[in-house]
Amino acid sequence: VSAAAEEHNSEGRPSGAPPGAPQAFPWPVLVCFALTAAGAVGFAASYWVDAGTEALGATFGGALAFLALGLALWSRAIDAGEPEYVEQRSPLRTAPSEYDGFRAALAEQPVRRSGVLWSMLGLSAFSLGGAALFPLRSLYFEHDVSPDEALSRTDWLPGRRLVDDDGLPVKPVEVGPDSVITVHPEGVDPGKEVDTVTVLVRIDPVELDLPPERTGWDVDGVVAYSKLCTHAGCPVGLYVETRYQLLCPCHHSIFDTRRAADPIEGPASRPLPQLPLDVDEAGYLVARGDFSAPVGPGWWRYPE
Amino acid sequence: VRLLPRPQPLRALDERIGFAGVARKALGKVFPDHWSFMLGEIALYSFMILIATGVYLTLFFEPSTALRPYTGDYDPLSGELLSGAYASTIELSFDVPGGLLMRQAHHWAAHIFIGAITLHLCRMFFTAMFRRPRELNWMVGLTLLILSIFNAYAGYSLPDDLLSGTGLRIFEAILRATPLVGAWLSFLMFGGEFPGDAIIERLYILHVLVVPGLLAAGIAVHLLILVVQKHSHFAGPGRRETNVVGSRVWPAYALRSLSLLSAVAAVCFLAGGLLQINPIWAWGGFEPATITSPSVADWYILWIEGALRLFPPIEFTVFGLLVPNQFWAGVFLPAMVFGVLYLWPWIDRRLTGDRGTHHITGRPREAPARVGIGAWAITFMAVLLAAGAQETWVQWTDWDIATVRTILRITVLALPVLVGVVSWWLARSLKHQGEERELLELQRTDLAPAAHHDQEEVAG
Repeated sequence: VSAAAEEHNSEGRPSGAPPGAPQAFPWPVLVCFALTAAGAVGFAASYWVDAGTEALGATFGGALAFLALGLALWSRAIDAGEPEYVEQRSPLRTAPSEYDGFRAALAEQPVRRSGVLWSMLGLSAFSLGGAALFPLRSLYFEHDVSPDEALSRTDWLPGRRLVDDDGLPVKPVEVGPDSVITVHPEGVDPGKEVDTVTVLVRIDPVELDLPPERTGWDVDGVVAYSKLCTHAGCPVGLYVETRYQLLCPCHHSIFDTRRAADPIEGPASRPLPQLPLDVDEAGYLVARGDFSAPVGPGWWRYPE
Repeated sequence: VRLLPRPQPLRALDERIGFAGVARKALGKVFPDHWSFMLGEIALYSFMILIATGVYLTLFFEPSTALRPYTGDYDPLSGELLSGAYASTIELSFDVPGGLLMRQAHHWAAHIFIGAITLHLCRMFFTAMFRRPRELNWMVGLTLLILSIFNAYAGYSLPDDLLSGTGLRIFEAILRATPLVGAWLSFLMFGGEFPGDAIIERLYILHVLVVPGLLAAGIAVHLLILVVQKHSHFAGPGRRETNVVGSRVWPAYALRSLSLLSAVAAVCFLAGGLLQINPIWAWGGFEPATITSPSVADWYILWIEGALRLFPPIEFTVFGLLVPNQFWAGVFLPAMVFGVLYLWPWIDRRLTGDRGTHHITGRPREAPARVGIGAWAITFMAVLLAAGAQETWVQWTDWDIATVRTILRITVLALPVLVGVVSWWLARSLKHQGEERELLELQRTDLAPAAHHDQEEVAG
């Protein structure tokens, strides 16, 4: 191969290579191309009679597969009669004289060279670019609330009722011992607002172990926690009732609902914020205020 | 009978734009023959298929989160109020003839696109073709990889289904973990606090216009630099730093390349027709308070998911600022991975002391340290991918999550080091056995202790 490779010049033309012996007609290539055409007709027919996705994919993909095979066989037949070709590399760098000419042309200016002028041009371009960034602020629609403020609080207000996914208020007795209820503030569209989403859990008051300053945040053992994982914000959608654990399906953080939703396994590092509860005169659960901490994932300006 | 002269369109064109000289040269361009040169081509061809199928999908897709009734043939959702994005993707899947084929072919093509780029990257890494003069094209290629991962993620999120909505939720958590400006970035991206009602429209314009435009421009630059610098080639008889040996574009190489294009298209459409992918009707529409379980992302971002799962529950404050837990897996890790890759040509120079120009591909054994580091990195990513599918291991083994997580945490630290050291050692042994010996021909006696080689090196 090496000797043959060296014989061909940089134009990629074999120099004095013997013409290949006349080859047999590549019948398999012809058959493949015919099958491609047949597959294409099959695809059109499948579409016409609405034969379904599988038939469409099989006919179209099959036609392409035969096309690929035909072209590959054809190329192989050509290769059999072809030597290896050699192309010379010219050096990538420009010849020094030409390069110097380029630098000279670049430097050539009828106006006096001025560093100040160039600096001012740079400054003006920089400030123009900076000014053009201002309209990006409009991408955040709200103008009065900073992101830090918005992330730090939710719409839970004292006395606001807890309603389930169907919008119905919830009484403490409806919270069973072996399941959780997802609740939202009354009047909030749960499809639009997610930072208020809360889970209600019933815990045997003997087992409930809340910090002393949260005395009275439960109603007869019914406690409420934010449903947003404090790691990456996924809803903690799985409840292991035998162990009173809430589990996040995203990264498998586990929270102990008996002990103020402390994270006991996985990457979550902060407990699920707790919502202080009360009942109104009609006996329905209401919030006593906002969560004990900002909900969801942390961020750098997370308030201490 | 006077016959009209036979029309000669090529001649007519040449009389007007004089292209034949350039074209003659192009037809004679030499392409090296090695299968691994096809990886980049596969990426290019799957990009073309992505554009073709993607344009078709835009004709039916509605980038809207506004609710509207679905009235098509898919009974379980018939009459339901769904977001425009979700409803139109359901229609594409059930009510547009050929729509599901195009949707699934598009999704499979995206997997092939990123997969081919990743393998192409590995090939360039282990054959050291990031070296002078190809540092620039190495970085262009990396940029294309980042853009394609972002665009795949954006496209995956468009149908507004429950699974991708969960993915967006995690994306938001990562965005907000960006140092200092995170909350602002998140609110600017989503138009407000997650979920907002702007993200689908914004991802749509990024997915169908901005990022594909950048990809097309980047691919053009990548290929232009390739043509200027010419292909590298593998070592062999007659192959020198000053030439390229292989097939001419016309006829052999062009036909082979067209065959590859057809083959990539065949795989996309056969898979698109026969292998179900991302059945969004099974996940349901996005509701921010709900989640599917299990939740496993597509593989090209699953390594970030795996890292999010394995990182220990550590959060601390620096100068009164919280360093959120998800920062490490979501921001720091990808920044490190791509940062090190961008700088690799210069890191490698430090490691090997090789500052020369190369057009013949390096052999891995020439730089055992590079082999070791590369093997370490690939194993590290592979274990993170495995951790991204943690629930699968929990189901298989029936162990609890904590046990599986502990095993994965140990594995992600230990296994890459083990694989890296073994690879480094094998590469070293091969280096000292000379150029002829192949990996599988290594004998036990060839695997001399490292100290022995060090002495040899000092002596040599």
